[in-house]
Amino acid sequence: MDQQLTPYTTEAERTAGVRIEPGKRYGFFTDTTVCIGCKACEVACKEWNQLPAEDMSLTGMSYDNTGALSATTWRHVAFIEQVRPAQDHERDDGVPDRWLMMSDVCKHCANAPCLDACPTGAIFRTEFDTVVVQQDICNGCGYCVPACPFGVVAIDDCDGKAHKCTLCYDRLKGGLEPACAKVCPTDSIRFGELSELDAVARERVEELKAQGVEEAYLYGTPDAPGATGGLGRLNAFFLLVDRPEVYNLPSAPTRPSQRIGAALGAGLVAFAGLAAAAVTLLAGTRNGGGR
Amino acid sequence: MTANRQTLGRRAASFLRDWSLPRQLRGEDHRSDAARSTLSERLRPRLEHADHVGVSVCPYCAVGCSVLVYAEDGRITHVEGNPESPINAGTLCPKGATLFSLMSNPDRLTKVKYRAPHSDRWEERPLDWAMERIAQLVKRTRDETFVEALPDGTKVNHTLGIASLGGATLDNEENYLIKKLFGGGLGMVFIENQARVCHANSVPSLAASFGRGAATMPQWDLANSDCILIMGSNMAEAHPIAFRFVMEAKRKGATVMHVDPRFTRTSALADIHAPIRAGTDIAFLGGIIRYILEHDLMFRDYVLPYTNIATIIEGDFKDAAALDGLFSGWNPDKNSYDFDSWQYEGVVVPSALAEHYLDTAESFSELTGRLHERPPPQDPTLEHPNCVYQILKRHYAPYTPEMVERVTGCPQETFLKVAEALTRNCGRERTGAICYAVGWNHHSIGVQMIRAAAIVQALLGNIGRPGGGILALRGHCSIQGSTDIPTLYNMLPSYLPQPNAFKPQARDFDSFLDDETIPTGWWYNFPKYMTSLLRAWYGGAAGPHNGWGYHWLPKIVGDHSQLALTLAMDDRMIRGLFLLGQNVVMGGSNSKLIQRGLGKLDWLVVRDTDMVESATFWQKGHAVRDGEIRPEEIGTEIFVMPAELAGEKEGSFTNTHRLVQWHDKVVDGPGDSRSELWFLYHLGRRLKALYADSTAERDAPIRNLTFDYRTKGPRDDVEAEDVLREINGYTFPGRRQLKNLAEIAADGSTACGSWLYCGCFPEESHNQTRMREADGPDGPGTHRGWAFSWPDNRRVLYNRASADPEGRPWSERKRLVWWDEAKGAWQSHDGIDFEPDKRPDYRPDWSKKPEGMDALRGDEPFIMMPDGRGALFTASGLKDGPLPAHYEPVESPVHNPMYRQQTSPVAKRWRRPGNPLHPVADPRHPHVLTTYRLTEHHCGGTPTRGVPHTAELQPEGFAEIPPELAEELGIRQLDWIVLATARGEIETRAMITRRLRPFRIDGHTVHQIGLPWHFGWEGYATGDIANVLTAVVGDGNTSMHENKALTCALRKGRLTRSLARRPERDGRRGEPWTSS
Repeated sequence: MDQQLTPYTTEAERTAGVRIEPGKRYGFFTDTTVCIGCKACEVACKEWNQLPAEDMSLTGMSYDNTGALSATTWRHVAFIEQVRPAQDHERDDGVPDRWLMMSDVCKHCANAPCLDACPTGAIFRTEFDTVVVQQDICNGCGYCVPACPFGVVAIDDCDGKAHKCTLCYDRLKGGLEPACAKVCPTDSIRFGELSELDAVARERVEELKAQGVEEAYLYGTPDAPGATGGLGRLNAFFLLVDRPEVYNLPSAPTRPSQRIGAALGAGLVAFAGLAAAAVTLLAGTRNGGGR
Repeated sequence: MTANRQTLGRRAASFLRDWSLPRQLRGEDHRSDAARSTLSERLRPRLEHADHVGVSVCPYCAVGCSVLVYAEDGRITHVEGNPESPINAGTLCPKGATLFSLMSNPDRLTKVKYRAPHSDRWEERPLDWAMERIAQLVKRTRDETFVEALPDGTKVNHTLGIASLGGATLDNEENYLIKKLFGGGLGMVFIENQARVCHANSVPSLAASFGRGAATMPQWDLANSDCILIMGSNMAEAHPIAFRFVMEAKRKGATVMHVDPRFTRTSALADIHAPIRAGTDIAFLGGIIRYILEHDLMFRDYVLPYTNIATIIEGDFKDAAALDGLFSGWNPDKNSYDFDSWQYEGVVVPSALAEHYLDTAESFSELTGRLHERPPPQDPTLEHPNCVYQILKRHYAPYTPEMVERVTGCPQETFLKVAEALTRNCGRERTGAICYAVGWNHHSIGVQMIRAAAIVQALLGNIGRPGGGILALRGHCSIQGSTDIPTLYNMLPSYLPQPNAFKPQARDFDSFLDDETIPTGWWYNFPKYMTSLLRAWYGGAAGPHNGWGYHWLPKIVGDHSQLALTLAMDDRMIRGLFLLGQNVVMGGSNSKLIQRGLGKLDWLVVRDTDMVESATFWQKGHAVRDGEIRPEEIGTEIFVMPAELAGEKEGSFTNTHRLVQWHDKVVDGPGDSRSELWFLYHLGRRLKALYADSTAERDAPIRNLTFDYRTKGPRDDVEAEDVLREINGYTFPGRRQLKNLAEIAADGSTACGSWLYCGCFPEESHNQTRMREADGPDGPGTHRGWAFSWPDNRRVLYNRASADPEGRPWSERKRLVWWDEAKGAWQSHDGIDFEPDKRPDYRPDWSKKPEGMDALRGDEPFIMMPDGRGALFTASGLKDGPLPAHYEPVESPVHNPMYRQQTSPVAKRWRRPGNPLHPVADPRHPHVLTTYRLTEHHCGGTPTRGVPHTAELQPEGFAEIPPELAEELGIRQLDWIVLATARGEIETRAMITRRLRPFRIDGHTVHQIGLPWHFGWEGYATGDIANVLTAVVGDGNTSMHENKALTCALRKGRLTRSLARRPERDGRRGEPWTSS
């Protein structure tokens, strides 16, 4: 390789102001208030990761023709139209219409349920504190799929393996910012060290509140909505201005393992109930039959 | 055996070492990287395998994003944003982000496809065969159609039989050779490109207002704005990377406003969205002008010295308020204005426009002589009843907030918010910018929409200052370049006029120069530029003895613009057509008429990267589809030639803010793909050979045309830098590169292909367009080390106006240019758009009849204007009035609430079969239709529709309709609907959204329907062609079409199609792509 090609090995320092080093924790901060819904993140991801295009049909859901994250779509921009009916617009009452846009992605949870669920060690935590499915290990068992509370991981029909965002593991190793964050025109997707991103995000919330956007909050930072149910925190977190459900995000996601006690209890109660009912019914039958 | 055992043993050991289980048993946490696999261990970014990386420029829109193209073994492996660029800083929009897929698309053309006349199939042909065949056809058609003189003896030396379309997607060097070979060599006048249907209006409106027809500010300067009005543009969608700077300004506290008929992705990010009915922008902006004047909110210290606000206009001038929509001078017999009453009192003022003389046979030189004698008459008290200020007040008096609401449908409270924000952010400390795009172009009154913005910005003191200005957002990678180095019929390079046969003064070179040279201001240099152009084109064959070869230039005889061109095909005037990267079936108005015209050509050369609708019209076009004609009945001989993209060829693009950026060649294009430069050069060489033995005078231009560029490599690629060196200019015959504009001479000692670009290649080995040193984060932010921007590498035009009349910055916050008394020179981090050492207190000595720049004061910043001042009132140059007035679109659902005059009096209507127009308030076509782009696709759409990654984002055509209208017609989401006009019908899907809303206009409801115009029958994302619905009507100044506001009908359902008359034959039906 030519000598003059080497600068990109530290490219993230220029594009994201970050020096990427193993052992540090990295993630995404997605500020939905500056997202212009251009979907550059979706395609930059597909171009870099060489993922195929999918369905070629209109969904009728605003400008979202992607629909959801999948095995071959690792960034998905949601469009939420909040425009009032025409009769409310005859006079300007100062209430703005909104068209919310949000680029969704794997959250790279601190306590990733998919990783817990993976029986083969295919899903692992990298030296950058990201969660990656290793394709040479994955056997396509699919346990990770229901484990994810965000519906991120999916099995691909072609190779039968689990796929999701790798936070551009290969790029991080080469000192490059992940493709979606690098391409984002308005820096709605920011890549960086978690401690720095947290600070930036908190500042941004304060800035928005000062500008009158009272509803701004973070989703996925420690102790915030999204980082519930034992997930610890989400390494890919978001700034939102409406309830999580509006963006198709769970308001209180949990790790399946957190639910073991409750689920087991519920199961046992149900079993006991059924057993009791059976005993009652069967006893009745026997009683009747005895006559 | 031993080897096998060893391998097995090693594998077992490696398995045990790598397997996560023993590692976890050893105590490593499964949440650590204990489970790391071999693949993960070895993973590296594939860019590290690249053996070559080049810097290119995105070939989509005009923002000019820089990209890094990585290649390995001669094949592209990846493309992504260049972090060094001051424009995109590594980012890209979804189109730019798929350049790898675009360039390496397996569907790309790699061989010449040939369709013989009346054939029903494509055949592959060798490139060399096609080149020779095309050269022969060109010669035959030229020889059959060449006209040396009109019946009255006027020399025209032109052919109307061959036309060329395209250039905005091509390099400057390629545009230069198109104009030089086709115009200067062959005598073609039908030479047009996408700029005509994109931003043709920007040139006259901005040039007539400030002197140059281009964006006044760089895109990155938006970050310095305190207030940004986006109107006539859907910036976040169409120019996402330019929108970065809007977001940066917003973060710093700027107010961002979007005035638009629809609620778009731009509106979603704006602080204020003001909805207006499509086509009513002048009513809205006129309301702003009235608001500024009524509340005395203009930046008086700026306006008074720097604009013509105090200038006194002829006493018999009458504005549109007085004459119910017309200005004085209307001549109903000629159907045009006489401009006498619009002039400055006692002085005829020519315009800074090349086209200022059109439609008049009078000589300006006799009338404009008085400009030498005294400054134009002024009344600094602004009390004179006919000073521009008083005229503005009278003319805009009717544009009250109530009237704004009545005409536009925008609630007046919203309108007032916009007016307040604009006026709050002007003055010494604050500036505001206006961004617009084709939303102010695709109208029959588009020139005046942009003019209205120019008036607003001049009154607010927002021109030539940091964060202030008008940013014309253009749509193709070099559409500014193809306007500067015009593949346009009415101009020669750098805004020199193409001579018009009907102007007596154009009959010989001396009187042409005399007539076109404006006595005062920068355009006094006209003869230098004209002579040097002829020297560049005809070399030693041109000289004083033959008027520098002036008569070899073809003369125009009317409107040869794109709309006229498409009709001339239908009339069989044009026999042969080149489509050089322009897909006219998609982008041209009244597509069915165009398709019919293409079918009447003798021959058609399509050069593109993919199959485009314009090449397959004979198979899949509307006439064939509708059963009107069978392919075998179409006699057009068609060549489809694979073309190269930026990154596969080298050259320069000029972006939307005049930034000329070089792109490197990284790999060869696939198969027989060649650049347009290659095509034009080798076609030119063949034609020169064919004409070499001719002694006919009519063949002198092609024989004498200089055409000696070096070639290189096994494919004989042209040395693009040689062409750029000629564009920059050199001494003649010594061939030393010219350093700057000052070196261009009128005596034939210099050759210069495009004077505005002089300085882009100032030394034999210094290509300034290839310089890539942006200012760092702590630099001044003018980025003068990054590429070249005309003129003379100046970034903000008219930047003398950033200092007050005495030469001090208006404020520290808005500092850009200042006078340094000690040095006796102007200082700036930018290039100074003024004479560098002209003192601010310089005053012309009128007793000496000063000429050129000597006639402009030291405090007159608009150096291209004859009076050095920004024109609030344009005395010359525009055909539809000196001030913008609201007229309804040619097709409108309402009668003009403002004036009795319904539409622009000079709007062009080509009334003919196949192009019917709807009457006003036509009950059969009750809805407003507006067409537009989406982020995910580019213009005619073939590149993005053919790339799966962009195609899937917007996979199918649709029309946006308000829920109220949908309910009325029983239409549900994604239902099939039919849109109809008198020109044609299309079917598409319904996208019901409240983002489009009905308006109450004069008591009744007007619905607007929105229709993206990207979709056609080629590629993966398909749909019906929006331009089937549109009409051939145009702005009176520019022949710009009106596709942003027309009327239509809507119904639920699908089109019923006649069965094609084509008989079923050997199963090929439905397989039109079978090639030989």
